[in-house]
Amino acid sequence: MINFAIPTSVDEAVGLLARANGSGRVLAGGTDLLVQLRAGRVSPGIIVDIKRIPDLKAVRHEAGGLRVGAAVSGAELAEHAEVQKHWPGVLEAARLIGSTQVQGRASLGGNLCNASPAADSVPALIAAGVTCTIAGPDGRREVAVEDVVTGPGKTSLAAGEFVVDFLLPARGARTSDAYQRFIPRTEMDIAVVGAAVCLALDANGTVSAARVALGAVAPTVRLVPAAGAALVGTKLEDAALARLAAAASAACDPINDKRGTIEFRTRVAGVLARRVAVLAYDRARSKA
Amino acid sequence: MSKHHITATVNGEAVEFLCETQATLLDVLRDELGLTGAKEGCGSGDCGACSVMLNGRLVCSCLVLGCEVDGHSIDTIEGVAEGAVLHPLQQVFLEEAALQCGICTPGIIVAAKALLEKNTDPSEEEIRYWLAGNLCRCTGYDKIIRAVQKAATVMREA
Ligand SMILES: Cc1cc2nc3c(=O)[nH]c(=O)nc-3n(C[C@H](O)[C@H](O)[C@H](O)COP(=O)(O)OP(=O)(O)OC[C@H]3O[C@@H](n4cnc5c(N)ncnc54)[C@H](O)[C@@H]3O)c2cc1C
Ligand code: FES
Ligand code: FES
Repeated sequence: MINFAIPTSVDEAVGLLARANGSGRVLAGGTDLLVQLRAGRVSPGIIVDIKRIPDLKAVRHEAGGLRVGAAVSGAELAEHAEVQKHWPGVLEAARLIGSTQVQGRASLGGNLCNASPAADSVPALIAAGVTCTIAGPDGRREVAVEDVVTGPGKTSLAAGEFVVDFLLPARGARTSDAYQRFIPRTEMDIAVVGAAVCLALDANGTVSAARVALGAVAPTVRLVPAAGAALVGTKLEDAALARLAAAASAACDPINDKRGTIEFRTRVAGVLARRVAVLAYDRARSKA
Repeated sequence: MSKHHITATVNGEAVEFLCETQATLLDVLRDELGLTGAKEGCGSGDCGACSVMLNGRLVCSCLVLGCEVDGHSIDTIEGVAEGAVLHPLQQVFLEEAALQCGICTPGIIVAAKALLEKNTDPSEEEIRYWLAGNLCRCTGYDKIIRAVQKAATVMREA
């Protein structure tokens, strides 16, 4: 017997989860959770539907950036012109998740907390320097997205905690991002490698800051500081892109499976990081 | 706690049902409400045969819990025709033979209708991407895509 609750405030949800002593499961879009329930991979004592908490579904301005509720679906996110304009990489990553039907439900919070190494939106959120607010019995804390997932299917959330929303930080002029994944087809597949790059340029078009994150090449999505550093002070000349690709490949610690061998994933990570960096660069330049 | 008592609007009419937490919206539609148009092809979000509209958004009803929809509005394939008058998509699917066994058809019509309400003149590529989550093991898709294009034309000219 699984209990079910629909709280309408963050505090009420925290209370329900805290009382469940670790047997509670948050339900956002359900596109991972329902599949896992059916397969018998999870058997919660209570399911807590967070979609009727207003903050979890809101998108609002904050400090020049955007606060996006953790349960906002991909389809809803795409309806915000500002996300499209200022965070195209975050949006294109979120929009790659599943079909039109899955997009009607799948959320950023669920994609992050499901803790798959191949989750598409997570590299883009990390590259974009996004933080999230986590609420729990001890109050709220603001955490960088890269500090949430600790291993496949595992997060740093304590019992009773859940993600309330994400802060997409203010974007200056000449700053943009991009995400691409390698898959054998163009829709409905799991990333073999995912790469996200966020670049800030100075007035001359020289990279002043860069963040690179890779998905599906390690137990968790990885922020690769050496790959970002390879681009700073450059205009993405060939030598800089070669250093980026080498740093991206060096950061890989992938699994070998039918979707891709270790060698293949390692190599593709470098190739994809290069392509995505060029895309982010062109976007940042044309924004200026 | 026993079963949940849920009230919702299905195809414009108020309905009530009892369901256990694990029951999906698809289970409820088919087994409690007798609406068997939505099909279970996979139960895991991959095939789209269970497509319905939930508060105006296209979703897989196999990935929604029945108890989530309290107070919500659901539209299924059963509400697509106006009485005896078929929707242009339904009419064109018949005329163009865009189905064989028909298992995928309710989901595809619900999904295509959602597309045509957003975009009255979608390109072939837009239709193929929009319907990427609706699998058909019979037709090879070409007839489906052509039928959606033709229905779009019929609807624009209406
Ligand atoms: C057909 C299909 C195709 C898919 N394709 C892709 C794809 O291409 N790329 C991809 O990355 N994923 C894909 N997925 C997986 C899934 O859709 C995504 O991971 C999605 O973002 C999950 O979001 P959700 O809101 O549905 O999460 P849910 O299923 O509601 O939750 C997922 C997990 O996170 C927990 N959780 C949810 N929200 C929170 C929160 N706010 N705080 C704490 N914990 C939370 C839940 O308890 C659960 O354990 C696919 C799934 C399906 C069924
Ligand atoms: S039965 Fe729901 S997607 Fe296949
Ligand atoms: S007509 Fe048989 S599955 Fe599409």
